[in-house]
Amino acid sequence: MRKLGLLAAALGLTLAACGGTTTTATTGGEGTTAPVAGKSRLNVVKERGKLICGVDGGIPGFSFVDESGKYSGLDVDVCKAVAAAVLGDPEAVEYRRLDSTERFTALAGGEVDMLSRNTTWTINRDTQVGLEFAPTTFYDGQGMMVRKNSGIDGLEDFEGKAVCVETGTTTELNLTDQMRKLGVNFEPVVFQDADAAYAAYDEGRCEGMTSDKSQLVARRSTLPNPDDHILLEVTMSKEPLGPVTVNNDSAWYDVVKWVTFGLFQAEEFGITSANIDTFKGSNDPNIARFLGEEGTLGTDMGLNNDFMYAVVKNVGNYGEIYDRNVGADSQFKLERGQNALWTDGGLMYAPPFR
Amino acid sequence: MTPVTPNSFASGPPALIGLGPIAWAKKNLFSDWFNSLLTLIIVAIFSWGLWRLGSWALTMAQWPVIPNNFGLFMTGTYPPALYARIWVLLAIICALAGLSWGVLARNVSILFSRNVRLGLAAIGAFIVLFPPTRPSALKLLPLVALVAAMAAVGRQGGRRFPGVGKWISLAWFLSYFVALWLIGGGLGLTRVSTNDWGGLLLTLLAAISGIALCFPLGLLLALGRRSALPVVRWLSTAYIEVVRGVPLVAFLFMGQVMIPLFLPVGSRPDRVLRAVIALALFSAAYLAENVRAGLQAVPRGQREAAMSLGLNTPLTLGLIVLPQALKIAIPAIVGQFISLFQDTTLLSIVGLAELLGIGRSVLANPAYLGRYAEVYLFLAVIYWVFCYAMALGSRKLEEKLNTER
Repeated sequence: MRKLGLLAAALGLTLAACGGTTTTATTGGEGTTAPVAGKSRLNVVKERGKLICGVDGGIPGFSFVDESGKYSGLDVDVCKAVAAAVLGDPEAVEYRRLDSTERFTALAGGEVDMLSRNTTWTINRDTQVGLEFAPTTFYDGQGMMVRKNSGIDGLEDFEGKAVCVETGTTTELNLTDQMRKLGVNFEPVVFQDADAAYAAYDEGRCEGMTSDKSQLVARRSTLPNPDDHILLEVTMSKEPLGPVTVNNDSAWYDVVKWVTFGLFQAEEFGITSANIDTFKGSNDPNIARFLGEEGTLGTDMGLNNDFMYAVVKNVGNYGEIYDRNVGADSQFKLERGQNALWTDGGLMYAPPFR
Repeated sequence: MTPVTPNSFASGPPALIGLGPIAWAKKNLFSDWFNSLLTLIIVAIFSWGLWRLGSWALTMAQWPVIPNNFGLFMTGTYPPALYARIWVLLAIICALAGLSWGVLARNVSILFSRNVRLGLAAIGAFIVLFPPTRPSALKLLPLVALVAAMAAVGRQGGRRFPGVGKWISLAWFLSYFVALWLIGGGLGLTRVSTNDWGGLLLTLLAAISGIALCFPLGLLLALGRRSALPVVRWLSTAYIEVVRGVPLVAFLFMGQVMIPLFLPVGSRPDRVLRAVIALALFSAAYLAENVRAGLQAVPRGQREAAMSLGLNTPLTLGLIVLPQALKIAIPAIVGQFISLFQDTTLLSIVGLAELLGIGRSVLANPAYLGRYAEVYLFLAVIYWVFCYAMALGSRKLEEKLNTER
């Protein structure tokens, strides 16, 4: 009898397995994001009542999970801005964590509505992979960190010296290209893992450490004496990072694009989440159009006319987002640099809202 | 000088069991100069390592990253407002665990032996001394008490109703679905998208579901590979060999990325489900080989004897061959389960926030940048606890099923 019980148990497990599948399938309620032929993603998002946004989930300052279990960071705030514009609620976002290898397939397959995941805009991705790049929200570039007292002022001083770098990334290739151009014989010390690379730099195995500048600054703050390290005034590559949507859906791409531009424009107008209500009823026709009190800028796109009011009120303008996550109000204290408005000598420029 | 009675000379070979600690050390660690040297060197290396680890853990490590993110490590981005459901689930599991323990130990004279009392006291002391967060520590203590109380109940119940064991198995089986309901909601509870399942919760759920799915599948594949029907045999062999030739990461990527491309628009299974199925399909192939080894170890005579008694093939398999084969294969099968449990860490690569994945997110929080050592040590301890518990369980099961004593 006992042995029959064993067989029954095995059978039961099979049944459990089948039962398990159906139960899990039904619990994944919001999981379906299937594109419907001929229907813009904009309508899909509106009907679903939730934006599905692909993020990395593990980049300091850009996307991480805070102590209360909420996603935060610069990339995450872009998702929130789009959700506020389309749905009026910045929290109506479901975040999907995507690896760098699966992000484009996930976007093309309709797993996510948009990517906001430190994606560099390149011609190949734009034309061959079938993506649409919304305006860049963060201009990054590969930099080099050295010790202040090392006497190194530029890449030329690396003759015969060691540089720590992660293997298999474009970072490594960029470094080799730059050094070859300058004819400098340096010694690359490659690591599989970023943590190991920074630890080796900290122990003094290399004179220099190279990576994206934003990451170098973030990591510098974790070194024992952050003030002993400086970033050289060199930029080895251009890394324009921004939100991405899929090709052939202009209505949806326009929304993501103009919400991003709106963040810049709000800063240019001086509109912040705190003072936005004082701009209501403004005499400036540009601001009145921007906030949807005049004209039909929002409804023309298939949004509420005051979509930018919802965005700035809930998420803030670009300057607020930047300062909060990576700039002056964060622990990274990144300079605005290229990420300043065009009026301040930066690259952030929005075409006119009219 | 200890007085020696003449009797001890005449008592045959020396008894090894009664060796004192000094004598034991002398025999095992310092038997000659070479062994003594080795012992000293190894002790020196170990104590140096422990000293370094201890001084790091006590002075340099910044532990707040663990308690401040404890909820994240346990459940990921699960909405904190619904944590009560996880507590209820934990209470159900504790009650069932206590009950099963009591029933299994119904013939033991003292349920709360000295070791068990010590263990319970140690767990209680640990909870009080290192409260992850104060409120949850207060809820953990009653859970420990619940386990102990249900154990006592189970022991009494087990003595009075000897057949209670199969009801407990059924209760465990049903608790799986109750767990899914409590975690995922529906049927009157607020729904929680699988996207928000994470941390240890997702790790355990994926491992348990994976194990539950891969065991029957592996069994069938093993039987299929030894089947007399050529097509079944070829297909089983082909499946096993193909799957064993593909890395698990490739399997998971196929599940996450490729399958949506093949399926018709609109019918897309859940991500967690896809990952669990990929894990199970992968492990099943390895499990099948473990079971096949067990099947081959059962002597031919057993099958022939069963046939001669007039049992048909399913009965021979179910009553004679499989029970013996599975018993032989237990260590290998449990080894496979442990490796499946550890393989769930790969889910973080395909973007699911299981224990390791959520650890990565916590480490990206600017407030905890650079706390790698603390977080990874903490995660390692969690994985070790669960893997060791599985190994311990399999050893007990082996002892219980050992009929050759």
